[in-house]
Amino acid sequence: MQHKTVMKGVILSASMLFLAACSSTSDESTVDERRSAEAGSQQSIGSGATESERRRGVETGAADRILTPEEERAQAREERQQRYADLRQEQTLYFDFDDASIRGEFAELLAAHADYLTRNPSVTVVIEGHTDERGTPEYNIALGERRAKSVVDYLQSLGVSSRQMSVVSYGEERPVVRQSNERAWAQNRRAILVY
Amino acid sequence: MKQFTLVIIACFGLFLMQPAHSTLEIVITEGTDSARPVAVVPFHWFGEGESPYDFTEVVSADLLRSGRFKPVALSELPGLPSSDADITDYSAWARLGVEAVLVGTVDEFAPGRYEVTYQVIDPLRGQITGGLSSYLQDEDLAFEQDHILDSRTSVVLDTQFRQYAHRISDVVYEALTGERGAFLTRIAYVFVDPDADLPYQLMVADYDGENERVLLRSPQPIMSPSWSPDGSQLAYVSFENRRAEIFTQDIYTTQREKLTSFPGINGSPAWSPDGKKMAMVLSKDGAPDIYVMDLESKRLQKITNHWRIDTEPSWTPDSNTLVFTSERGGRPQLYRVDLDTAKVRRLTFNGEANLGGTVSPDGRSLVVVNQTNGRFHIARQDFPTGNFQELTQTSLDESPSVAPNGSMIIYSTTYQSRQVLALVSMDGRFQARLPSREGQVKSPAWSPFL
Repeated sequence: MQHKTVMKGVILSASMLFLAACSSTSDESTVDERRSAEAGSQQSIGSGATESERRRGVETGAADRILTPEEERAQAREERQQRYADLRQEQTLYFDFDDASIRGEFAELLAAHADYLTRNPSVTVVIEGHTDERGTPEYNIALGERRAKSVVDYLQSLGVSSRQMSVVSYGEERPVVRQSNERAWAQNRRAILVY
Repeated sequence: MKQFTLVIIACFGLFLMQPAHSTLEIVITEGTDSARPVAVVPFHWFGEGESPYDFTEVVSADLLRSGRFKPVALSELPGLPSSDADITDYSAWARLGVEAVLVGTVDEFAPGRYEVTYQVIDPLRGQITGGLSSYLQDEDLAFEQDHILDSRTSVVLDTQFRQYAHRISDVVYEALTGERGAFLTRIAYVFVDPDADLPYQLMVADYDGENERVLLRSPQPIMSPSWSPDGSQLAYVSFENRRAEIFTQDIYTTQREKLTSFPGINGSPAWSPDGKKMAMVLSKDGAPDIYVMDLESKRLQKITNHWRIDTEPSWTPDSNTLVFTSERGGRPQLYRVDLDTAKVRRLTFNGEANLGGTVSPDGRSLVVVNQTNGRFHIARQDFPTGNFQELTQTSLDESPSVAPNGSMIIYSTTYQSRQVLALVSMDGRFQARLPSREGQVKSPAWSPFL
């Protein structure tokens, strides 16, 4: 009886150790992947060990270079630019029913677009406003315009010139989903930044 | 080889000549109980062979679609009289319970021209008077046939058969209801086929869906058609230039004119009943407001000036007052503004919101889209304020338009995930759906009397 419990204990602890070992390795590799993704002044090391080194059974690591404030700012800028570039692939933001206010979850998206527009003052963007099908077509044209103007105001507060932006409302006339349920309606209540 | 090619060309030609198939049939969903029976007897053709046209088929369909009448089946008619003189036993017809019997004849008058004669007979009155009633006039006895409600004869071109059949329906309808019939009218609407090259189409058809014509095909949305009071032009919003602009178009000549292209919204055009002005919505000054343009001088007059949404103007018959939708009180409601005094007064108080209002052509009713419990349905109230009545029980209704005789409302609704047109009578007792085979049909506008 005791023998069995001891065996169980050994197996349990062994598997826990094994798992712990695995997880720590994966943590390390994630950190290293992030580092290697950055176009920074650091060099990628660690799990990026070469084939020959691995065969020899060693892994190398390195210390972080201590950056000057200049270099830190540059690195932060690079990271932000990359994140913004990714964010800018997304050009649509969504709204609540009968509402034109910008939801918090889209603040970063709009910051990315505002950043791009302020750094490229010759670029113009058309902001389209759309609604779901409920209500009447002409009232929805007005509501769609209110949504688009809401985005314009927000971008203006981030420094974008009004001369770069124009607004068109399509109301309920151009839905992305032609269905009559909450999910479809949520997808149709949107503003789109069209360059 | 030549013969083969000729056959191919002929077939291709036939294909091109096919008229645009009608997207409007009718499915009556409510109200056949309150419809009054009438007997429509096939008109007698004096010539040889088949009659050149079946007038009574169109008349029966018209009377049925009005929601007020139910034509008796052919098999139940006690006979096939062609005039009042043929009727010997009025009681046989009175027993049917019919309000009226329509009889008539068709005769060739000249090549391509036909003489059509018809009579609308009241069998109950005929039963009482025996076909001849007498009265005293200046101490003498005079006779009249007052059981014949209407009797007409006309020479008609064979190209106008269907139009004349609608005219007959008008006469029968007016004889029995005292109201002018609206069977010789048209509807304009927007048809959307998402798979087509040019998905948005502006259409015009007879009120029953026949003779459908495409007036405009566009890659971008078309909205809000509005008829000129003489029925020859339509005003509408087009996004063909990637922005909202108001156009007017002659429906016979395809001639188009761009009316407005201000920055922002150019929407909701509404032709005044006197034909001189166009009400519209412009947001060029910041918020959507109601404007009126004098069509001769093109001068704009700003009617409302509020920072909240004002939209959907609709004229009263005197062309001096506009009813419109405004959120100035919080949620959309209907207001009226008199053009000379500029005074604004609220009209609607029922439910959560009221929008998309239209004044009936007689100025006595206001038809609106009412939002109650989150559902959007058609309702009416006495104009300007008064008795409120819900007309439909569906939940996604919009764009009501009233027939020129005020008896029927056409509107857009969603049925089985598709936008289709539907009809409801002004008293709500008759309801019908106009199913379309593919695509979405929306934004209907009923023409004036033509």
